[in-house]
Amino acid sequence: MKVRSSPDITPDIVCQHGLTLEEYRRIQDLLGRVPNLTELGIFSVMWSEHCSYKSSRYHLKKLPTEGPRVLQGPGENAGVVDIGDGLAVIFKIESHNHPSFIEPHQGAATGVGGILRDIFTMGARPLALLNSLRFGEPDHPRTRFLLNGVVDGISSYGNCTGVPTVGGEIYFDPCYNGNILVNVFCLGLVPSDKIFLGNASGVGNPVIYFGSKTGRDGIHGASMASSEFDDSSEEKRPTVQVGDPFTEKLLIEACLELMKKDWVVGIQDMGAAGLTCSTFEMAGRAGTGIDLDLSRVPRREEGMTPYEILLSESQERMLVVVKRGMEEEALALFRKWDLDAAVVGEVTDKPVVRIFENGNQVVHLPVELVVDGALDLERPAARPTDLDAINRIDLTEIPEPVCGDEVLRKLLASANIASKHWVYEQYDHMVRLNTLGLPGSDAAVLRVKGSKKALAISVDCNSRYCYLDPFYGTQIAVAECVRNIVCSGGMPIGLTNCLNFGNPEKPEIMWQFAQSVAGLGEICRFFDIPVVSGNVSLYNETLGEAIYPTPTVAVVGLLEDRSCHTTQWFKESGHLIGLMGLTLEELGGSEYLSVRFNRVEGKPPHLDRVLERSVHEMCLALISEGLVVSAHDCSEGGLGVALAESCISHPESPRGAELHIESTIRHDACLFGESQSRILVSFPENNREAVEEKARIMKVPFAVIGKVGGDSLVVNVNEEEFIREEVATLKKLWMGALETYVR
Amino acid sequence: MNCGVVVFPGSNCDHDCFHVLKHVFKLHTEWIWHKGGQDLSRFDLIVLPGGFSYGDYLRAGAIAQFSTVMKEVIGFAESGGKVLGICNGFQILVESGLLPGALMQNHSRKFICKTVLVRVENARTPFTQKCAEHSVLNIPIAHHQGGYFIDPEELRRLEENGQVVLRYCGSAGEVTGEFNPNGSVGNIAGIINAGGNVMGMMPHPERCADPAWSNLDGQLIFKSIIHSCQNGVSV
Repeated sequence: MKVRSSPDITPDIVCQHGLTLEEYRRIQDLLGRVPNLTELGIFSVMWSEHCSYKSSRYHLKKLPTEGPRVLQGPGENAGVVDIGDGLAVIFKIESHNHPSFIEPHQGAATGVGGILRDIFTMGARPLALLNSLRFGEPDHPRTRFLLNGVVDGISSYGNCTGVPTVGGEIYFDPCYNGNILVNVFCLGLVPSDKIFLGNASGVGNPVIYFGSKTGRDGIHGASMASSEFDDSSEEKRPTVQVGDPFTEKLLIEACLELMKKDWVVGIQDMGAAGLTCSTFEMAGRAGTGIDLDLSRVPRREEGMTPYEILLSESQERMLVVVKRGMEEEALALFRKWDLDAAVVGEVTDKPVVRIFENGNQVVHLPVELVVDGALDLERPAARPTDLDAINRIDLTEIPEPVCGDEVLRKLLASANIASKHWVYEQYDHMVRLNTLGLPGSDAAVLRVKGSKKALAISVDCNSRYCYLDPFYGTQIAVAECVRNIVCSGGMPIGLTNCLNFGNPEKPEIMWQFAQSVAGLGEICRFFDIPVVSGNVSLYNETLGEAIYPTPTVAVVGLLEDRSCHTTQWFKESGHLIGLMGLTLEELGGSEYLSVRFNRVEGKPPHLDRVLERSVHEMCLALISEGLVVSAHDCSEGGLGVALAESCISHPESPRGAELHIESTIRHDACLFGESQSRILVSFPENNREAVEEKARIMKVPFAVIGKVGGDSLVVNVNEEEFIREEVATLKKLWMGALETYVR
Repeated sequence: MNCGVVVFPGSNCDHDCFHVLKHVFKLHTEWIWHKGGQDLSRFDLIVLPGGFSYGDYLRAGAIAQFSTVMKEVIGFAESGGKVLGICNGFQILVESGLLPGALMQNHSRKFICKTVLVRVENARTPFTQKCAEHSVLNIPIAHHQGGYFIDPEELRRLEENGQVVLRYCGSAGEVTGEFNPNGSVGNIAGIINAGGNVMGMMPHPERCADPAWSNLDGQLIFKSIIHSCQNGVSV
């Protein structure tokens, strides 16, 4: 049958589709003919940066993706890691940056919807959501609107679907003024022998569409996410989809019920590039083809063209292949949940997707060409020429404060360090009765019902460090994330990442990307943590200004015994406070430099991988042997802020502490420098010998630096008072600061 | 004792209520599907759980009042059966007319999820008889429309009849605006019908009833119901 042709495709049309003329020539060469407009639309989304990873694939291949626990690495909807007892966790983090900047509520909401579908598509009930959000300066005119919109979007969508949002991170920096980041993580739990993949196998099996009807929303969303913003970006609002969390809830329940049947062959959600992407990818994985009849697709409005139906990114839609003969049972199940559903196609043996509308063939494309045919680019990379100057910092130019009180107050009230309770109280973080570790400690901790186990999850990235040094900055993001996990009592078992960068066509950005991925690969190999899923978001630029490189990582940890779950706050007066690790004279890239001097300079703190690993091991040993009652990682704001947080973050009763620190370095570096590989612990005096013995055996520098008690945080350095603040004052500052920016 | 948990398509605390009734209190517990058709007369307790019944894009519970199952639940309540509506369940009870008043958007116009304190105003109900009179419970809330409203005349009647069961308060039991999380009239967090068999509350007792957590204040609500089903109200 002849494929319907369409008007001449001009260079203008090719360009409007975000394809280069080189790519268009490649399409013609590989196809052996001129594509019609619908087919060109398919190439434009499937070969977009967002779907094809054409700039990043070359580098991503270098990441370690295997391990004894890994059941599924990158390439499917999400990664799967075995946790024993016949159970596995499925998780992934994904960006929804561009839509969230244009329309924050819907952009963030549909970001949550998309990542949820990635998880339950594979058979898992979503157990928890986390997010990593980046906004511009707190007092930038747009920040308040964007922050409120994004939080509202996440809240409305997550809460309605009944999946708790249990943690995350929020940073503010001028580099995100024109391009915010919304990265959403989801984890689900599944029996390890009941994992579903996006495969369209079994010739003759029916292909069923179910979920919401297809509308004209979101056409070319994937292409939008693959270009920079300019002054006209506001006009792209119609490409942002609108979410319907209630339908998502129905989809979750219907899918989980469906997957109890033994006649489900393969299933995939319709995310970026909609029906097109799921059709081609499902056929691609199985090495089959699909015949699709668009006239059977449930539609929201009359008169939609094949082009529109295929490229629509309407939300809450799924595609499932079932065994032949089971279509009626499948349709009855979807009716029970009041979902639209229709048999729209059939699996064929030839690896070609043929799409029909009212009997006319409108698309005829080889699967492999569409799925794997995009260029594999090794884009040129070059170190930014100004980086050397930025990395240089002369500490003698930085005046040392005589007293640390004011600095500590300023840091606790800075938007990056202040308590985020204003945000997480808008998320239902308790629903489904698994959240053992509520938001507000180093990592979220979830029990695994029906076992003694628990899971710890943390997301992290200090993009300032990554800007100053993308290789070590990324390594620090991983190290810190793992530190958060071990502080909660978890052993890291897998990692997922969301790599947010600027325009990869610029060699400086490509250099940042290559360095970051190289750093990520090396540190994950060293820590033996597999990268099981991930997402790349490029073109995060507005008017040529790129964001700092922001490789957000999320690490999942396993607690064999959930009673080992540990929190960051001091528990009882009289307990001793100990510090693991070394404090060096480092101020580069610190929150201190930024808050006090408005400077983002120097080099990020040094990372000693061997020491870092020993600190993780020691922390886990202390927790599993019940020797410590609190553990908190030192990160932004250094030891001073970590101490204050351990005093004030107790949900009911804050505690004071008195510290006596010996130091040969600048006082500001000692208290507010951000040296890596440090964990603050507290423990009953009786355990002192055992804790110190552990440090000796594990070769971790360790010192008892003070005692919990009183109403104030008092820090003496070399027997001279450097900080004295009432904890009630500190708590009030820390709790109230964020609200002053958002109201 | 037989318990039923109603499942609207958008219920999301249904599993939590089911879990607490069945696995914590070891009660016989069944699901009740929203499309109706089940005989409810065998149940001693029906729970309307939290969630977003039919999406609640309109007022929370506004659509649920027209569901088949609610017609059956109303019949069950009218014949004296015990009904506990938690959060969205409370909103549905109010919309269906089983309880008076209305639940409005929180005065912050934001969703609020946190643990709050409530004072037991009436410990002589089947839902609170295991609590001490005026004792203070630690219970989480999680809602967007929890501001209870009723006109002054009806409020006076509720108060006089002892139908106000729970009020938001401070740690010493002080009922002041400072401790009112959502703008409810009179800090009201939970009420009961005149017949004493239908209770609605915004806080989630099922979220503090599983021994995996240290706070077990929610157990008092369930223990009260169990006791009254087995022995009647003993106060």
